[in-house]
Amino acid sequence: MEKELAIETRALTKFYGKSLGIRDLDLSVEKGDFFGFIGPNGAGKSTTIRTLLGLIRKTRGEAKVLGYDIVDDKEEILKRTGYLPSEIWFYHDMKVKDALKYSADLRKTDCKERASELCKRLDLDPNRKVEDLSLGNRKKVGIICAVQHHPELLILDEPTSGLDPLMQKEFFSILKEENRRGATIFFSSHILSEVQAYCKSAAFIKEGKILLSDKVGELGQTGARKVTILGDVPKERFSDLPGVTFTESERDEGISFLYKGDIKLLLSILSKEEIRDLTITEPSLEEIFMHYYES
Amino acid sequence: MTIFKQEIRSQKKTVLIWSLSIGLLIGLCVLMFPEMESQMGDVNAIFSKMGSFTQAFGMDKLNFGTLIGFYGVEAGNMLGLGGAFFAAIIAVSSLMKEERDHTAEFLFTHPVPRIRVITEKLLSVFSNILIMNAIVLILSILSILLIGESIFWKELLLIHFAYLLMQLEIAGICFGVSAFLTHGGIGVGIGIAGLMYFLNIVANITEKAKPLKYISAFSYTETSDIIRSGDLAVRYLVPGLIFMVIGIVLSYAKYTRKDLR
Repeated sequence: MEKELAIETRALTKFYGKSLGIRDLDLSVEKGDFFGFIGPNGAGKSTTIRTLLGLIRKTRGEAKVLGYDIVDDKEEILKRTGYLPSEIWFYHDMKVKDALKYSADLRKTDCKERASELCKRLDLDPNRKVEDLSLGNRKKVGIICAVQHHPELLILDEPTSGLDPLMQKEFFSILKEENRRGATIFFSSHILSEVQAYCKSAAFIKEGKILLSDKVGELGQTGARKVTILGDVPKERFSDLPGVTFTESERDEGISFLYKGDIKLLLSILSKEEIRDLTITEPSLEEIFMHYYES
Repeated sequence: MTIFKQEIRSQKKTVLIWSLSIGLLIGLCVLMFPEMESQMGDVNAIFSKMGSFTQAFGMDKLNFGTLIGFYGVEAGNMLGLGGAFFAAIIAVSSLMKEERDHTAEFLFTHPVPRIRVITEKLLSVFSNILIMNAIVLILSILSILLIGESIFWKELLLIHFAYLLMQLEIAGICFGVSAFLTHGGIGVGIGIAGLMYFLNIVANITEKAKPLKYISAFSYTETSDIIRSGDLAVRYLVPGLIFMVIGIVLSYAKYTRKDLR
């Protein structure tokens, strides 16, 4: 039986005037998933999120969030969604508790208890003025606004920037609790270690297009292998070999690259070289990321 | 009305400062009237010899020797220009500030239709203008009572009503402009209010420029005309209200479709 989708886009495209934001984006996120949306700056992560939430209008294509059309049923989507922007700002004259209450009032809900509990967990003083808060503390207010009403879907745009490691841990523990409760978590990031550590699925986006989308475990199964060679081997020996992508700068004593080609061909070249050691392993998510973005 | 309440709350200092500044300045002028009354014969004579300048500010039709004439010119300057700037500034900031202050991402990702946001913001702008005018009117009445003069109710209320309508017109236009801006709109708002003011002055100076009266929101606030006719100039008021409605309609048309930063 097909799983229900929390986010589904078909050929979703957004142009800003003549410049491209996202192009023919096909993305599927299952309900209950913990989904990482990976891409470098300017790849289209925020544009995708902002289009899904109705902050900007799509140029063409279709998209549904929690089964609702992003144009016709925007309020239904927003009712069931919590959102944390990459840089969150509040109204200058508000205290933390005012901002949290304003958010709850706009949703016509009473989240007082939950907000107070989350303030304690995130070590946030509800009586401080938001304009006096650091970026990290402002982000905490944003996190509480996003989760205090127990949304069905949480969309977070680079959520951990500005948070110290302890807070990042607490933040992800809140997200995991929400996920266990049944909420779908969709967050954009370029920190691959956190995607690898917490996400069940992930997608790579580059220049406004999805390159790859799969379970995190499967993303490593690209057929590519990470080859690390120690010894006096010139890089040029492999540059013409089909399927080679150099992922890191040349080492002092050898080279490293991703290889997605005929293994016999690689071994025949290696057998003629002065190598001291050789390892062939599964590439990490970071190396796959580099493979996609540098190629 | 959550957004309405927030807007009123966040603007309360601004409204209070503008209200007290305009109201106290008018009050101060009224308090000075008894002392100046005896010299007003000379002032009238001086003003009557100032040619087009006299016409420009409608001083050829008002008698400075009476409180009503004195009030007409003073209130005209202070409540006219001050009120227009106040209305322009709060209206032109209303929608634009969400993007300027980066709060649009917060507000518009809550389940509130944009139409409701626009409506509540517009209502808050109009309410703030009403509050400001009410405070100014109360301070004016108090100052007149303080100098022991009787209140010329009909003219006073008509003058203040005309200024209220003028501010609502400017606010409606600036609110429409606000929907198109993402930052720096205050200069635009003051520019619109100032332009309207000078268009009316130009129209007062020369007959050829009279059609400008149909454009300027100040044309139906001429206190000299209001005092003499005991009525508002409907022929100027109607186009003004049409401009206001156009501004408001434009704000809905633009802002409901706008890509928010």
